[in-house]
Amino acid sequence: MSIYADAKYSEVPVETKQALFDEVKADMRYEHQLYGCYECGICVAACPSARFYDFSPRVFAQVMAREDVDTFYELLNDSVWDCSQCFSCTRCPRQNNPGAVITIMREVAVNHGLQSAKEALKSYSRIIYKIMSTGTQVAPDMLQPDFFPDWGPDVKQVSENLDVWRRCVPPETMHTTELAWDVSEKTRLELYMIWKLTGNLEMIEKIDEGIFMILEEVMEELLEENGYDIDDFENLLEEDEE
Amino acid sequence: MQQTSADKVFNPPTLSSREFKRDNPPPTEDYREKLFELEKAGELEVQRVPEPYVELETKYGRIKKIPYQMTWHHKSCGQCGHIPGYSTAIFWLNRKLGFDYHDPRDQTSCTAWNYYASSTSNSAAQAGIAVRNFSQAKIDGYFPVIHCGTSYGHYKETREQLLHYPVLRRQVRKIMDRLKMPFVFPEEIVHYSEWVHAMRDRIAEMQVLDLSNVTVTVHPACHYHKLVVEDAVYDRDLFDGQRTAVISGLVEALGARVGDYSTWHDCCGFGFRHILVSRDFSRSFATTRKIERMKEEVNPDVTLTHDTGCVTTLDKSQFAAQAHKRNVGIPVMSDAQFAALAMGAHPYIVCQLHWHGVDMKPLLEKMGIDHKKAWAEFEVQAERIKAGEIEYISWEEADA
Repeated sequence: MSIYADAKYSEVPVETKQALFDEVKADMRYEHQLYGCYECGICVAACPSARFYDFSPRVFAQVMAREDVDTFYELLNDSVWDCSQCFSCTRCPRQNNPGAVITIMREVAVNHGLQSAKEALKSYSRIIYKIMSTGTQVAPDMLQPDFFPDWGPDVKQVSENLDVWRRCVPPETMHTTELAWDVSEKTRLELYMIWKLTGNLEMIEKIDEGIFMILEEVMEELLEENGYDIDDFENLLEEDEE
Repeated sequence: MQQTSADKVFNPPTLSSREFKRDNPPPTEDYREKLFELEKAGELEVQRVPEPYVELETKYGRIKKIPYQMTWHHKSCGQCGHIPGYSTAIFWLNRKLGFDYHDPRDQTSCTAWNYYASSTSNSAAQAGIAVRNFSQAKIDGYFPVIHCGTSYGHYKETREQLLHYPVLRRQVRKIMDRLKMPFVFPEEIVHYSEWVHAMRDRIAEMQVLDLSNVTVTVHPACHYHKLVVEDAVYDRDLFDGQRTAVISGLVEALGARVGDYSTWHDCCGFGFRHILVSRDFSRSFATTRKIERMKEEVNPDVTLTHDTGCVTTLDKSQFAAQAHKRNVGIPVMSDAQFAALAMGAHPYIVCQLHWHGVDMKPLLEKMGIDHKKAWAEFEVQAERIKAGEIEYISWEEADA
């Protein structure tokens, strides 16, 4: 039963909640992240998200330890994306790591294509495309005034002078505008192989089908140019599950 | 009135009377033993720190080896993409110190910014990416030095997982076999700020600016000292061994003043996902918990940090906060940029300070740098590129 008087998601079958909870608990990393909780609140005091959201790492530690699947489901949908993933909560005197539990919970939310995960990552998808297709997370050409209006007039100046200013940076690897640095084709190819072999494209498909289709096309093209068939790269993790 | 004898009064120890002791065994394992065991069992290959190296003390007393040179620079997405003077300053320091280094194209991001933002990945992919980069470094004949605090933190997490989960090692082995690359892991995971700390006396020897009137606040990166804490560098002579020594050690060596403030341990508010798509949170935290505290308690000339996300969040959050009349206005840069400036690096050609948000001019004036002249020199070079005279600014021009 949920710890909240105004508990949500009562319409979701408890079996669904239990299955997701079990999946989090079955992750190999889980047993090294929670060792019990004093309820001392040090994690909350250290947590940046707790200051601005209705968010508490202590609640995560408590709910997971109590195996309260109703509140777990609520946290999975309504709270998990507020975490800053800074791991300030590792100041815990019991050596709990609520931030790492949240990483696992997010992974489960993505793998199941939860609507709340889709919402949380809606405007973030283009970043997923950038990192998975180029091998660098952000690029100079992302510094656009309409994307960063709150960063001041310098962003406009950078975007207006981008090509020349990038060539004013001495390291030769950094004369790029669409990538943070010049990643070689060989290395990009190896990255695509890793994404395929670990089932990462399947994860993206569950969260954003549009980005998945574009990514698959980009990867297929480079793999084919180098004599590979994208279907030759099976998901190695599925082999392990079998 | 009852008299209290002096020996019954509790007097807290003063800083000078406290003796730093490390009499307990470390609460964490020495991962190197396990790493070498796995190497002996033929599971992986350990890349040794090249000699000569500097020995630094870590949080629980383990001695960490920091190489002088032959370093493979694992670059950072945010540094190269949005703060290009950060990476450039690290390379420039290596060049000025006369060290051999490699700036690879065969490197990908660690992809951990995305992982902590979206979790659209898994342990096997993350470990595969880490080991691919490390294997490439070994193939290239250089030892990895990590520029990004999050890459550093994430690779330490990955190391823990690889050491403890045989299933993950099997998966990574299969990945590396398909890539036709060896399974390599370095003996130490070295952050560039540790290298700067190790080199601080050499840097100070080559210092050309008097920084005795400059006051600095330090922001330590969460993923540097909170995530797998035992790798972070501490020094019993700095903060009584209770805080990481990196950045502060450099500032002291350069003769500037380190100002302390009450929220030193707090995060910057980066949040990974938040800084890109939910910045109201990042901005609120950065300005109210970090910048305003520094301003009220120290009023520094500059704040120094050692990570991509921290420079970005602390610097860029300050513009919009002015509209709310918040007490902001502290220039933000990395320890590497500050060290390079102290050694005479060009503020715009090397340190690329025009990519930063907060006005740096008062700081540069205090440091004795003619920023008007420097900007004019930068513009001359930019015009030469526009006119097609040169393709780009070369290292030779930057070194001059």
